[in-house]
Formats: sequence, C-alpha cells, structure tokens
Amino acid sequence: MTQSAIQRAPRAKGDLHTETQVVSMGPSHPATHGTVKIILEIDGEEIVEMDVQIGYLHRGFEKECESGTWYQAIPYTDRLNYNSAILANLAFCMSVEKLLGCEIPRRGQWVRTLGSELSRMGDHLTRLGAACLELGAMTPFLYGIEARELCWDLQEMLCGARVTSNYIRIGGIQRDVTPGFLERLHASLLRIESLLVDFDKVVTSNRIFVDRFRNTGMLPLEKLLSFGVTGPMLRAAGVPLDLRKAEPYLVYDEIDFDVPVGTTGDNYDRFLVCQEELVQSIRIMRACVPVLEKTVGESVNVSDPRVRWPAKERVFGRMEELIQQFKGVTEGIKVPVGEAYAAVESPNGELGFYVVSDGTGKPYKVRCRPPSFANVAPMREMLIGGMLADIVPTFDMINMIGGECDR
Amino acid sequence: MAAADELVSRVKSLLGSDVLDSHTHVGDATILVPVDRAREVLQRLRDDPGLAFNLLVDLTAVDYLGREPRFEVVYHLASLDLAPPAGEPCRMRHRLRVKTGVTEKRCEADSVCALWAAANWFEREVFDLYGIVFRGHPDLRRILLYDEFQGHPLRKDYPKERRQPLVGPRN
Repeated sequence: MTQSAIQRAPRAKGDLHTETQVVSMGPSHPATHGTVKIILEIDGEEIVEMDVQIGYLHRGFEKECESGTWYQAIPYTDRLNYNSAILANLAFCMSVEKLLGCEIPRRGQWVRTLGSELSRMGDHLTRLGAACLELGAMTPFLYGIEARELCWDLQEMLCGARVTSNYIRIGGIQRDVTPGFLERLHASLLRIESLLVDFDKVVTSNRIFVDRFRNTGMLPLEKLLSFGVTGPMLRAAGVPLDLRKAEPYLVYDEIDFDVPVGTTGDNYDRFLVCQEELVQSIRIMRACVPVLEKTVGESVNVSDPRVRWPAKERVFGRMEELIQQFKGVTEGIKVPVGEAYAAVESPNGELGFYVVSDGTGKPYKVRCRPPSFANVAPMREMLIGGMLADIVPTFDMINMIGGECDR
Repeated sequence: MAAADELVSRVKSLLGSDVLDSHTHVGDATILVPVDRAREVLQRLRDDPGLAFNLLVDLTAVDYLGREPRFEVVYHLASLDLAPPAGEPCRMRHRLRVKTGVTEKRCEADSVCALWAAANWFEREVFDLYGIVFRGHPDLRRILLYDEFQGHPLRKDYPKERRQPLVGPRN
C-alpha cells in the first residue's frame, strides 16, 4: 500500500509557520458601498494593521462654493450625501440664515422638518438594506429599496427631483408642498411600515446575520468621543446624543419622539438603533401632517426680497419683483460680514457648516463638517485585532458616504 | 445671546491674557489665542471641570490672503453633558470657537492629536488643503489629494482652473 500525499508531506513541528501578508481592498470593491481604499496587513484572517485611504471622490466642494454666489452653493450641498440631500441643504442654509439673522415662518419650518425626516429615512433604509446585501442577503435589500423608492417618490413630489433635491433655500424652501402630497405621504408611510415589519422578520433575528454583527466593530466610549464620533454610532454605545434634542432646531422641540440608544456599541446595536430611528422618523412625519393641514396658504418663505426673491408667477407680472429677482440672481444676496456655525442631526451624525462672509455676494469660506469623515477615522482602531470578515459589516454600519467624506 | 457672553467671560477668567480677542457674533462664542499658546489653551479648556470641552467637533483653517497673519486655524469645541438625568437625552452644555493666527512665513501650529484623536485626520486635511504644518502630528501626510499633487488648493492664490498632471486634460 502506498502512502497518500498528505501522509508523505513533512509534518509541521509546533505551530505552523505563518507570515503576514498585505492585501489592498478597494477603492472599488463590490462589498463596500463607498469609494475607499483599505490597505490591510493580515495574519491568516486576523487584521494586524490597516490604513484607510480616502479622497477618491474629492472634487473641491469648498473651492467651488467660494467661486459662486451663496445660492449657487446649494446644489453642491446636494451632492455631499446622495441619500439625504435635503439635510445637507438645510445645514448650509441654516448657517447662512444665522449670519443674516432671519427667522423662517412657522409653516416653512414644519415643511423643512418633514423634508428632513424624509431624507433621514431614505438614508437609513439604504444603510440597512445595503448592509444585508453586502453580507449576501438580497431580499431584505429589496424591501429596503422599495421603501426608499417611496421616500424618493415623495421627495420628487416635494421638489421635482428624486435624489439631488435642491429643496431648501436661504430664507425658506423652494416651494410649498404640492396638492395631494399629504394624502400620498399617508399611504406611503403605511406601506413603509409594513415593509419594515417584513425586513425585521427576515433579518433581525437571523442567526447568520446576528453572528456577523454581534461583538464586531466595537470601540470604548472614551475613544468614540475622542474621535468626535456622533450619530447612531455614538447612540449605539449608550450616549443619547441627538442634536434634535440636544440643541433643538426647526420645530423638533414641539414634537414628541424618542432617542433610541444601544448598550454595547457593536454593529448589531448600531443596526437596531437605525431600525428604531426609522420608526421615530415616521412618528415625526405623522406629527407634521395636522399642522400642515391647518396652516394651508400660510407663507413658507421670509418676506424680505433681499434674502428670498419673489415667486416666479409674481416676477413675470410685475416690474418691481422682476428687478428684485434679477438682482438676486445676478449679484447674489448680500450676507453681512461675519462667521457662523450651524449643525443639524444628519443620519450619520453632526453635519455642520462653518461659513465666513466678507460682505460681497460670494461666500469667503464654506466649510462642511462631514460626519462621515469623523466616523471613518476610527475604523482602524475598531478593526485591528478583528477578522477580515468584520470589515464589511463595520464599514456598512459606519455608512461612509464618499461624497460627504471626501467633498 | 446672553449664554455666549457668559461663556466668553468664564473662558476669559480661566485663560487670562491668553485670550487676545473675543466676540459673540450671532450667538457663537469665539476667542482668539496666540498660536504658540493654542495647544496649552485647548488642553486647559478640555480639562477644566466647569467647561469640560470633551468634543473636538471640527478643525479647519481660513486663508485671509493679504492680511497678517495670513491663516487662521479654527477649532470648534463642544461640551457634551454625558450624565443626563435618567431617561433624558444628552444636552450640549456649550460650544466655543477657538481661532489662532498662523503666518505664511512660519506656517505651522502645534498638533492637538494627543488631546482629541479626531484631530489626526482633520489636521491632515488642513495640511493637505492649506499647507499648514502641525508640529508633533504622528502621521502628517495628504489625505484627500494624492502625494504628487503640487500646492494647496484651498489657498486663495491657488487658481481654481489650474490642472495638475495626474488629473488629465480638460475634455
């Protein structure tokens, strides 16, 4: 009888000799919905060292903003986060309004709140759905995308665009909600709720899913704070920080909603926090409906033509309004000299804008404080010592949006 | 508005002559500190139990071309109340903007990476886009642009239209 090849092979004495190897992941990797390059040093399947390289989607957002008028910066903010464009519009406009010192009419604030939550839902649905997809589960992704489609259809009704909304204006909004919007909202929210139930049934207690998410991507709380991590990642670690409650803006202090928190701060907690935030967003949107029904016809924009020029139908009929609109478009609004910082709670955390005005019609400096940037920075610390397979769920829950991270 | 004024007077009494200037325009408390004292000042703001600025929210720079000092490094700090009453959400106690002037000749500032880990990437970004060097930074290299990129695009004297070799020709 001859010996098999395995029996004839020399036996390893003691531990098998292994060498670490360097693997490059990305910048375009099928399991990461973000353009990022990760250089990994792995020992078997364990991560020994990693370097996260961002910047692949850098397109000079700040430089572009400095070259146009204040209004011309708004479409650029759309492209920061393709999932929640309205929130980026809002944060930018709020910082400019702070410098201008203008107060938005009540109805405008309620519409802005509704738009914000619509954006947040779209973002969270993408994050949760894509997380499942990247772990190999197609069905929950389709549930998430169907629900996101409903959000985007609503957004299209609001402003004519499904993705890049360009909806919020300095001093108000592009236009009031269209007729039939609130009825459509009611029907869509019911459908989204039932999709969330289906989604929950398929994923949340699925053994394969839980095993991949539980106890991965954790970081001690003091490290998270040191890195300036905000949003669902910080809430999952047990800190109930939500700018909608911490520093209420718009009408959030008049609406009843909860801030979900986790306990361990692992990827599974992050997932659960986002799931619950979807439920809370629906609750907030429902609270907006009766107010919007009661205040039909009220103004949504500030009446000062130097800030928000008159609506088109008046511009085409009257000389004075035509001049106001012409001056506003060509020269841009004059923002007083000074600096201001305003922030909103975006789906990823604190999204802030620091703007500096020199009194001309153009911004002197527009700085976007991107939550993705601060949240991706600690990824190295989260994953060293973990397994190669932990990268995808952790990256999914960080939800890096390249457009916002790289600007 | 009153809260910002009160915060500035508290910060002034802690820091004394390190505060060169301050204002509370549109409700944002802002102080200006000398560049060689900035790191020390930020550490005191972080460690003072009453102020307790535990979050470095943002770190950026502004180029005031034609003014001296030319650059300003801007730190946005926040103090988060980590022990809210049971069942209540956290509140932001206060926010403060700390600015420090950096000259073109001596284009450097002290790194605050040891105070807040968030500064690591933010300082790399300011280095990348403005060319300000952060002394003591553990890993100061470009972050958004590639290593071969020449110049610092957010400087006001960098022309927006300038093309660089690796970017490729205009369509």
